[in-house]
Amino acid sequence: MSKSIKDMGWDELVPGAALFSFEQTVNYNIAEVQPEDRTYAETNSKNAYVGDWRVIKPVWNSEICIDCQNCWIFCPDSSIIARDKEMKGVDYDHCKGCGICVSVCPTNPKSLLMFNETEKNEDALAKWPEKKKKGESNE
Amino acid sequence: MNSKQMELNTVEVWDGNMANAQALRQAAVDVVAAYPITPSTATVENYASMHANGYVDGEVIMVESEHAAMSGCVGAGAAGGRVATATSSQGLALMIEVLYQASGMRIPVVLCLVNRALAAPLNVNGDHSDLYLTRDSGWVSLDSFSPQEAYDMTLMSFKISEHEKVRLPVISNQDGFMTSHTAQNVRPLSDEVAYNFIGDYKPLNAMLDFSKPVTHGVQTEHDWHFEHKAKQHAALMASKEVVKEVFEEFEKVSGRKYNIVESYGMEDAEVAIVCLGTTYESAILAVDKLKEEGIKAGVVAPRLFRPFPLVEIAQTLQNAKAVACMDRSAPGGTVGALYNEVAGALFNTSARPVLRNLIYGLGGRDMTINELCDIYRDLNKDAKAGKLTGKIQKLTGVRGPELSFYEL
Ligand code: SF4
Ligand code: SF4
Repeated sequence: MSKSIKDMGWDELVPGAALFSFEQTVNYNIAEVQPEDRTYAETNSKNAYVGDWRVIKPVWNSEICIDCQNCWIFCPDSSIIARDKEMKGVDYDHCKGCGICVSVCPTNPKSLLMFNETEKNEDALAKWPEKKKKGESNE
Repeated sequence: MNSKQMELNTVEVWDGNMANAQALRQAAVDVVAAYPITPSTATVENYASMHANGYVDGEVIMVESEHAAMSGCVGAGAAGGRVATATSSQGLALMIEVLYQASGMRIPVVLCLVNRALAAPLNVNGDHSDLYLTRDSGWVSLDSFSPQEAYDMTLMSFKISEHEKVRLPVISNQDGFMTSHTAQNVRPLSDEVAYNFIGDYKPLNAMLDFSKPVTHGVQTEHDWHFEHKAKQHAALMASKEVVKEVFEEFEKVSGRKYNIVESYGMEDAEVAIVCLGTTYESAILAVDKLKEEGIKAGVVAPRLFRPFPLVEIAQTLQNAKAVACMDRSAPGGTVGALYNEVAGALFNTSARPVLRNLIYGLGGRDMTINELCDIYRDLNKDAKAGKLTGKIQKLTGVRGPELSFYEL
């Protein structure tokens, strides 16, 4: 596919909205290759933005995070980016804003919190809550 | 094919269900996923017994509902197989969600739909309520009026469905009991001729091609949904030409000629009815009778229900003065679908015949030749008067005082 999907008309789409995994034939050791190093087809879901119904978003605070990978395991949309067992951030193109990552985060205070979609990440980080005392709610 | 050969006579006595089953056998379907429902049960029952006796190679999958039957077909079709199923009425109603999946995912599936009334009240007999339910589901829809035609349409459905320009599922309709359970002479093609006519199945983007994995039925929101639907609609509209081509090719191998709009007596007809299914054959007899009386009657039946042959219908009706559109489905608070579509077809032409909407034959009630003659005589009054002599819509054949609606 030479054209970017954004420039394509209805008549150029694959019948039946089928998505191909990769441009080339599959390398079965793909698990060894980081997603950013793979060649996805234009129509792959990796390239399709589906995060547009989110009204609240998770913001990640790298200062407190202990890289436990809980959020990565639990995210139902594979939207937590982790490399070599290190938390790297949130993929906002695909994150639906469900908040599951926040609820499973074990640190005190949490290293992921939900903020309004319109809030800037740096503003959100500036108002991060203090460590909670024993018995106080962790939310 | 390593299945056992079935010896067929030049002329077989088959009902519509057996005609369907034989067409599925000859098409060498890979997967039939089915759940029984009257009157289409015998289609898959016959097929399953051919399977059990070694006459077919494919899989017969028994599922727990019609929703699962169509889901099984969509899955097997996406995987890269030739698939088919059969249903009726409530079963179709339960399948309907998956019908949209099949057409949206552009998976060729052949559905033998044996038309039957929708409950309540529960009724196993024939009318077109389920056929109408498939109207906007994005399937090509063909209608047959006899077991011979059911056999022919079901065979041709595979070729149309799998055509590279179409890649859409196809419904092969027939009237419940009237066609499905009436045994008549059917002239089958030989297995070889039938299979070669359809050809080998060439899957497109098969899910089980491991060198090129693919996801079917993905999510598209406002950004791409419209474009995908546009592509689907374009393919459905373009399928009309493919249907014509397939009809022509079929004529070469079988000698039987089909048109996307069938008509009889329309050369000089002043009064005409438009109908679907077996009523067409009864109307032919009524037309002959009326021509002797000096009434210039004709009958038109869209063989292709989807895509709707709007222009061809208008051309066939261009000289008629009074037309009755016959809908065999409970109207649900408006005029029947056929009336709407035919009115739409005629509105932009200079021919503007007087148009009636007759709701008839619900739940399997007979439409006799005498009743059809009466309908033509009423139409003749309209034609003579140059205007409607009654209301637009009438429920004809219902007990009790006349029930009619929409007075001009
Ligand atoms: S909010 Fe939900 S979708 Fe988004 S990263 Fe967290 S768990 Fe994943
Ligand atoms: S769950 Fe919380 S602490 Fe664990 S990796 Fe995710 S953000 Fe970091």
